[in-house]
Amino acid sequence: MADSAIPRRGFLKGAGLAGAALATNEAQAQAPAATTTVAKSPPAPEALLTLTATEAAFLSAAYDTFIPADALSPSGTDCGLVVFWDRELAGAFGYGQGLYRDGPHAQGKPEQGYQLPLTPRAYFAAGIKAANAYAKKTRGKEFDRLAPADRDAMLHEMDAGKAEFDGMNAKMFFEALYSSAMEGFFSDPIHGGNRGLASWKMVGYPGLPATYARTAEEYRGKKVDLKPRSIQDFI
Amino acid sequence: MATVLKPVDVCIVGLGWSGSIMARELTKAGLSVVALERGADRTPAEDFVFPYIRDELKVRVRNGLMLDTATETLSMRNAASELALPMRKWEVFSLGDNVGGAGSHWNGITWRFTPSEFVLRSHLEERYGKNAIPADMTIQDWGVNYDDLEPHYDRFEKLCGTSGKAGNIKGKIMEGGNPFEGARSDEYPNKPLIMSQAGLMMTKAARELGLHPFPTPASNSSTPYTNPEGCQIGGCQYCGHCEYFGCEANAKASPNICLHPVLFNDAKFERRTLSYVSNLKFDSASRRIRSVVYVDRRTGAEYEQPAELVILCAYPFNNVLLMRLAGVGKPYDPATGEGVIGKNYCYQTNSNVAAFVDEEINPFIGTGVSPAVVDDYQGDNFDHGGLGFFGGGYIAPGVSGGRPIQVRNTPPGTPRWGSAWKEATAKWYNHWFPLSVHGTSYANRGNYLDLDPTYRDAIGRPLVRMTFNYPENDRKMSVFMTNKANDIAKAMGAKTTVPVPRTSNFGASNGAASHHTGGVIMGKDPKTSALNRYLQSWDCDNLFVMGGAAFPQNAGHNPTGTIGALAYWSAKAIVEQYLKSPGALVKA
Repeated sequence: MADSAIPRRGFLKGAGLAGAALATNEAQAQAPAATTTVAKSPPAPEALLTLTATEAAFLSAAYDTFIPADALSPSGTDCGLVVFWDRELAGAFGYGQGLYRDGPHAQGKPEQGYQLPLTPRAYFAAGIKAANAYAKKTRGKEFDRLAPADRDAMLHEMDAGKAEFDGMNAKMFFEALYSSAMEGFFSDPIHGGNRGLASWKMVGYPGLPATYARTAEEYRGKKVDLKPRSIQDFI
Repeated sequence: MATVLKPVDVCIVGLGWSGSIMARELTKAGLSVVALERGADRTPAEDFVFPYIRDELKVRVRNGLMLDTATETLSMRNAASELALPMRKWEVFSLGDNVGGAGSHWNGITWRFTPSEFVLRSHLEERYGKNAIPADMTIQDWGVNYDDLEPHYDRFEKLCGTSGKAGNIKGKIMEGGNPFEGARSDEYPNKPLIMSQAGLMMTKAARELGLHPFPTPASNSSTPYTNPEGCQIGGCQYCGHCEYFGCEANAKASPNICLHPVLFNDAKFERRTLSYVSNLKFDSASRRIRSVVYVDRRTGAEYEQPAELVILCAYPFNNVLLMRLAGVGKPYDPATGEGVIGKNYCYQTNSNVAAFVDEEINPFIGTGVSPAVVDDYQGDNFDHGGLGFFGGGYIAPGVSGGRPIQVRNTPPGTPRWGSAWKEATAKWYNHWFPLSVHGTSYANRGNYLDLDPTYRDAIGRPLVRMTFNYPENDRKMSVFMTNKANDIAKAMGAKTTVPVPRTSNFGASNGAASHHTGGVIMGKDPKTSALNRYLQSWDCDNLFVMGGAAFPQNAGHNPTGTIGALAYWSAKAIVEQYLKSPGALVKA
């Protein structure tokens, strides 16, 4: 596959402009510089703390499938979700804080919850590898190189428990992947996702300061139009 | 070798509600008290600070205020025939630690148990006949009655500045309160919180159905308040960050704000944090604990603290663990039904109905409590004849915040992602809420706690092994109750309702409350209980065990009110009876 040999670079060109930046790169490869569609120079790529380029490309493709750009919000990637999950996986959570890791490890039954020896960081490395192998086997390309409809179809197979990953439970990995998207999309932007408070604006969650003692009665049963604010706005 | 420390009068294990109440009562009685807390120090001024406490990801999703499972967890299985495996991360529930314990990050829902709950077995036998109770339902009487505890409930509510409306004062039924509650000596110290939209809707619908809705009793103070200890409590801000969070407004009662300001200034009291109790030295011949052995987590050094009186105020799992490690009381054996330590572990049988409505709910304007509630189907408040189960619970809108990582829903049939999902999420975020059922968990012979043979915690103690599943009785109860909640949801005018009764196995996929009871239960008979009616060990005279561990089974009301009342009740018996004549307070 010729295109799988192309290194994944520059997929993250900064919030709000990732799509434009990619389009620009493609345009530059095919046409003289004078015809590029973006006048300003694209923002610098954002440094990743732990994800590899392949992992970041996979997550970007998954997050943009979960949260496509439309009238309600920019895409998952443009909302910062890859940066968010990179930071999570690179920190204490990613390396196993809050995870009892003593053996022996047995599979158990679903009621017994997560039983793998892997930290979230290692689990996502293995999961993305298995997902890409499955994409290649069933569709001939790694996940991020699939057309949007094929990405969507593959995620549906994983969610429905119909995808078979080599050595991994595809449904379980799907749920972890899906949770990471929801956490990144809906958490306070101080963690790197939900840029521009996109999701809070989308649903009408006002965020902070959340002091309603004097307005609880006034607002009751009414649509309240408060400008959402983040933790960052109060420091 | 452990360093032996200077003896003290009292050693308390665990500094949550029970430990803080005990420490306060016993220092006031003139005793020197040392409290050992496994977690770190915690103060609202340092740890519950705006804006950082409003971080759903850090505090709620990543369990910021909870015990790190890498340090200590449980193992779990649904039945004794299965292999228990460690709960590697908090999924079905999460447990707290640190000074203040679960009392610093609870919701503040402050119930009194219904009088019949304290005499459950004799009450049901009298009403439905001796043979009506299934053979495997190991429910028992508590050995203490509602009337014994009433003054202590009253004290706890006044300590907390509980907001509510009395339904029964000295036998007189009061309009607007809970007509099913036991007689109270007094009104709540604070008036009810402002009712939310969801609360108004449920109240109206429940009245139309002939039920008796009222404001849920809440230790989120509706107004600034000074408690009888002289501690200041703030007014609730309706911030929607209550359960799992610490209160930045000092409006949610906690040991940290209701007792620690006075307790920590008392020269007779000392707290030692990061102090993990590894064992109790039990002298069975003299029926006494000689000392409490603990590890200082900062250094790994081991200490032995001799004490005249030892009070276990840890979470139920640790109370069971320490009883087992010390060898006090006979371990429970589910095969024979004999033994007491680990017996009658109970949980909380919760379920809900998602109601999708036209009204603007504004879930982000929330307190720690479900704003309104009906108790008509609690415990044995209704006739169970012919129903095929015992127990019940309360029904209330589960609206205590609109934190969007977790508090979202879309009607059935909505895709889980993509533009259609986004559209539905935007449309329904403000137009749904759960009607929650908070149900009884009645003891079953096969549900118990013991020590895991394989897995150990960070200081080398065996993990507590939980063997638990929802008994048939409780599943039937849950179906009945969830149908009742669905009736209310429909009467509210909900366009779509999604009832989810608790009919699957207990486990990681169906999280509910973090309410755990039993394992070191109180009762009337040393053959069937570990503690007497004053929460004193039947086998060890200078050992008292507090908290949910002492409940013979769990009622459908949240446990904290009863935990507080039991601590005051036991402290009174220690001060007025035990100190005058140290020994067994009840003859076996």
